Amino acid sequence: MNATKSENAFSFADTLNGENEFDSDEDDFESENEIEFENEIEFENETEFENENSGEPAPSFSTGKVKKKIIEVKDLDLWYGNNHALKNISIGIPKNKVFAFIGPSGCGKSTFLRTMNRMNDMISNCRIEGEIYIDNENIYAKETDVNDLRKRVGMVFQKANPFPMSIYDNVAYGPRIHGVSKKKIPGIVEESLKGAALWKEVKDRLKDSAFSLSGGQQQRLCIARTLAVKPEIILFDEPCSALDPISTRKIEELITKLKKEYTIIIVTHNMQQAARISDYTAFFLSGELVETGKTVHIFENPQDERTEGYITGRFG
Amino acid sequence: MSKRSIRDFKEKSMKSLFFIGGITTILVLLLIFVFLFAEALNFFKTYSLIEFFTGTQWMPGASPERFGILPLLAGSVIVTAGAIIIAVPIGILSAIYIAELAGPRTAGILKPAVELLAGIPSVVLGFFGLVILVPHIQSIFNLTTGQTALTGSIILAIMALPTIISVSEDAISSVPSALKQGSFALGSNHWQTIYKVIVPASISGISAAIILGIGRAIGETMAVMMVTGNMAIIPGSDLFLSSVRTITATIALEMGEVARGTEHYFALFAIGAVLFVMTIGVNLIAEAIKRKHRLEA
Ligand SMILES: Nc1ncnc2c1ncn2[C@@H]1O[C@H](COP(=O)(O)OP(=O)(O)OP(=O)(O)O)[C@@H](O)[C@H]1O
Ligand SMILES: [Mg+2]
Repeated sequence: MNATKSENAFSFADTLNGENEFDSDEDDFESENEIEFENEIEFENETEFENENSGEPAPSFSTGKVKKKIIEVKDLDLWYGNNHALKNISIGIPKNKVFAFIGPSGCGKSTFLRTMNRMNDMISNCRIEGEIYIDNENIYAKETDVNDLRKRVGMVFQKANPFPMSIYDNVAYGPRIHGVSKKKIPGIVEESLKGAALWKEVKDRLKDSAFSLSGGQQQRLCIARTLAVKPEIILFDEPCSALDPISTRKIEELITKLKKEYTIIIVTHNMQQAARISDYTAFFLSGELVETGKTVHIFENPQDERTEGYITGRFG
Repeated sequence: MSKRSIRDFKEKSMKSLFFIGGITTILVLLLIFVFLFAEALNFFKTYSLIEFFTGTQWMPGASPERFGILPLLAGSVIVTAGAIIIAVPIGILSAIYIAELAGPRTAGILKPAVELLAGIPSVVLGFFGLVILVPHIQSIFNLTTGQTALTGSIILAIMALPTIISVSEDAISSVPSALKQGSFALGSNHWQTIYKVIVPASISGISAAIILGIGRAIGETMAVMMVTGNMAIIPGSDLFLSSVRTITATIALEMGEVARGTEHYFALFAIGAVLFVMTIGVNLIAEAIKRKHRLEA
């Protein structure tokens, strides 16, 4: 369990008192399930969804029922060998919102994030049961084209990982591999760099190596690279953990801006960050989804005492 | 002596030890360089520089003796070029296969096998070439002799392959997995990831591998001498199927019987100097490639 994260404790802690000695041993939590929690998110004022971004109309699900959520996870279990890393997760992710995943180190946030673009496929001893629907399509169905899925569900990693090529080529990489015509690429590159709030800083040095950029700029380049393939959903796995406060603030502003066009899921260890930028939050603990809901509810009025314990910094 | 001065003394003596080591290497190199070029210069006191570089005949026994380097240069260049053409694609593809595509078990068999290939003495390879390759090449291409530049190229390629494969494989395997994941996360397939990210990211290592392989090929004497027929002629249209004589083979064949101080003796130093310049050239190119890619990366 991660003790260093306690300094990020959210300030709602002031309102709480009582047992500060929360035992951080995860096994203790599993038995005390006094409080019921809901995995389903309730939507107020959200029956309408703007369709400005989605390229193709979503194929309708076999039941014919139109879903409100762009991602729908049903009874998902995941094992690394014998390690049961995700336990019966069900959750819905609404479109054009920022969804934060929080929880102590090793609880399975990254693992869960990777199930959504099937990056876990590359881990040899990883086994998955359950279903994930994106646009009403089961991404674990046999006929799913994984590369097409990853085009729709982009990912930004914890550590910026630009390719060893020029700034321009980094952004052009995605469109090129997906066979976008040569004429369109300069426009896409500019648009994506603008989208990632990097254009002004690099427009005169597009031919320079991506490694000549600062860490924060590299991370925004990686975001631009992801935008260039025009995804619907972007997964961020602790995108700011290696950045200084100013770069972090830039990325946060960017994410807030991006949610107009994209659905965003972000893993973060920073409680203030989750509170600042996310609309919804899910709290994970040792592979279980403990609680999820609107961020304000989770932070101000958590239903589960384990959630409360975590966000007030008493463990994790 | 205080503890501190002992430590200082230790540090200083270690430093000078390394300095001596480094200086010795440079001195030896310089010595060889001076010796080689001094002897080569002796040759040009009596033989025209232009005739040496443009002469198409190497005939030490004739009168007057002819020492034109072109046939030997042609032999070396053709055999080496052939080896590169054969070994580079095979080497890089094998390296990619071992590093990226083969499962851990297959890779576990292939890697030691490649290293074993590197351990074969060149004479043994030459013998293999003479007994197996030469007759086959003779019958396949319907030649009067199977001792050709092609035969030499194949043998050299076999000798260069282990270096090219293992050094490239190292370079490819050390590409950070974060880069691969970044590429996959954009929806590219394994092939696209290999040739657009992995190979470019390891290109300096791969170039180094190729140059190291070539370096071995250019200097190699024994095996080539056994299979190329050693005729000092400039190949015509039959190019790779002609019998050739390389610079190294010429020195090895003639050094033993030449009288010291004769024009022929100095001529051998002259062609040796040319070979030396060529290998230095190859190494400088290798360095330049490496530096360029380091700057780009
Ligand atoms: N590639 C892998 N192979 C085997 N086990 C793994 C692998 N990746 C993660 N795990 C295990 O799965 C569990 C969840 O790990 P995960 O990386 O998802 O946690 P996390 O919540 O993202 O933690 P952190 O906050 O430290 O990033 C851990 O027990 C971890 O050891
Ligand atoms: Mg993680």
